[in-house]
Amino acid sequence: MAVAKPTGPLFWCALSWIGIIVVAAIVAGVLPIPSPTDMDIFARRKGPTLAHLLGTDSLGRDVLARLIYGARISLSVGLLAPVIGLGIGGALGLLAGYFRGRFEIFVTGGVDVVLAFPPLILAMAVTAFLGQSIVNLTLVLGFLGIPAFTRVARAATLTFSAREFVTAARALGAGHARIILKELLPNVALPLGAFFLLGVAVTIVVEGALSFLGLGVPPPAPSWGVMIGEGRESLEMAPALAFLPAMVLFLTVLSFNLVGDTLRALTDPRQGAL
Amino acid sequence: MSLLEVENIVVDLPTPRGMLRAVDGVNLTLDAGRTLGVVGESGSGKTMLSRAILQLLPRRAKLSGAIRFDGQDMTRIAPETLRKLRAKSVAVVFQDPMTSLNPVLTIGSQLTETMREHLGVPQSEAILRGVALLAEVGIPSPEQRMGNYPHQLSGGMRQRVAIAIALSCAPKLLIADEPTTALDVTVQAQILDLLAREQRSRHMAMMLITHDLGVVAGRTDEVAVMYAGRVVERAPTRELFHHMRMPYTAALMAALPKLDAPPHTRLPAIGGRPPDPINPPPGCSFAPRCFYADAACDKAKPPLSAPDRMAHQFACIRPLPVKVAA
Repeated sequence: MAVAKPTGPLFWCALSWIGIIVVAAIVAGVLPIPSPTDMDIFARRKGPTLAHLLGTDSLGRDVLARLIYGARISLSVGLLAPVIGLGIGGALGLLAGYFRGRFEIFVTGGVDVVLAFPPLILAMAVTAFLGQSIVNLTLVLGFLGIPAFTRVARAATLTFSAREFVTAARALGAGHARIILKELLPNVALPLGAFFLLGVAVTIVVEGALSFLGLGVPPPAPSWGVMIGEGRESLEMAPALAFLPAMVLFLTVLSFNLVGDTLRALTDPRQGAL
Repeated sequence: MSLLEVENIVVDLPTPRGMLRAVDGVNLTLDAGRTLGVVGESGSGKTMLSRAILQLLPRRAKLSGAIRFDGQDMTRIAPETLRKLRAKSVAVVFQDPMTSLNPVLTIGSQLTETMREHLGVPQSEAILRGVALLAEVGIPSPEQRMGNYPHQLSGGMRQRVAIAIALSCAPKLLIADEPTTALDVTVQAQILDLLAREQRSRHMAMMLITHDLGVVAGRTDEVAVMYAGRVVERAPTRELFHHMRMPYTAALMAALPKLDAPPHTRLPAIGGRPPDPINPPPGCSFAPRCFYADAACDKAKPPLSAPDRMAHQFACIRPLPVKVAA
């Protein structure tokens, strides 16, 4: 199929950056870098040296190692939480948009309730009652993502349910399950997939914000948000300690957005209709 | 027993202004292997009639009357039985092949899906049959087309694919709902001829719904003309075109552009608008626009009857005179 691919050098830069971050996060254990939690009180806030390529932080921990191990946490939370939202929200939206009626009223009502609940309060409440852990953080962020995915899925399902190919499938004797799985899901999956990558970007930012506030990843585990938070304390002496993780966070989120947009444009067969 | 018997069906659609009567007491029969043309302008209820037959009416629509297919009343059978009946016995071809095909699935998967599901055909066999069907409906290099997406085909090709999908489970009744309205004039005739050919060779019953009298001429055995939710004239096709009795049918016919008319001839359009389907007039619904109407026409709805010739029914108390053959 000969479609002009909207993949410029920017797309490949973004994809390579995500690739580097993901690979580094996966193989962090075997990389020749110091432990991210080993402190060296006599080498605090040092500039780049051979032993510490990006220098050390205010407790003398290796910044490069913390960035790489931070990628592990930021990425796994950033990917897993939207998976929860995608799975639950996508299914709810698809069913609500297809079956309509009371179920739809129930789902959209529930979504509005979740949206009305302040996310920070929820995060604080969960942290207070269930304790501060990466799993709890992922669950909270995933739960908060459900409404958006539900809305995207429901809106897309409403559009596609009204199309004649659904009526045609029913006329050919398709049951509810087949119409939802074979006719609607492949269509709804496109906007949901694009929204998922956006969700990853947003979740990484929110995780950073929560960790910055001390509600996210518990110390001493490194995450980019935690590092920015810690770097804030020595902003005048060593601005790089906050700037480096912020830069990495910014580039990663930007890359996910870029790749998400491009993939959506590439995989949308309807664009070729023109 | 006819294949399809539609008995006095009424379809009501709830609207913010009140109940809209989309179909108002329609009776039809269709035998196996026969073709019925249903003609009417937009909003005359022809599509709602076809949706009622398929039990695919909008969720809140109310239907009364009986629709017997092969002796089974479609309005009373269990959902599962209905699903199986649809799968094996009826199929539809819609107006716009752009929206009646799933944009993100290949032609092949849409074509083989139904066969695998309903006929229990294994995938390899379904692909062979699919390729044969595509060839049958006149698609060149069908093997390659199986892997294509709908947007890679032209409008006419897409409609051929839609027809192939409709034919895949060998239906006894094919409902073609304005199958050529969205297509080029040159492609229209090809698609109609394809439908007619398939209908004959497969001995299917076919209901051809259109707003164009020219489409049903020569391609149907019988024609039912609909106006404001009712059948206003029904006759064997040849009979209808030779001896139109209902002024509405004659007006529709006169509104067709003629090739031999001199340039800049005004088309004799039908003046006025169809009656409000929410508050229909008590008398003949065409009377306000009818050239021949008089006071008696506004009193009561004329029933569909065949006073002169068997099989030629019309609903009019001031019918056009029967032309005497010269």
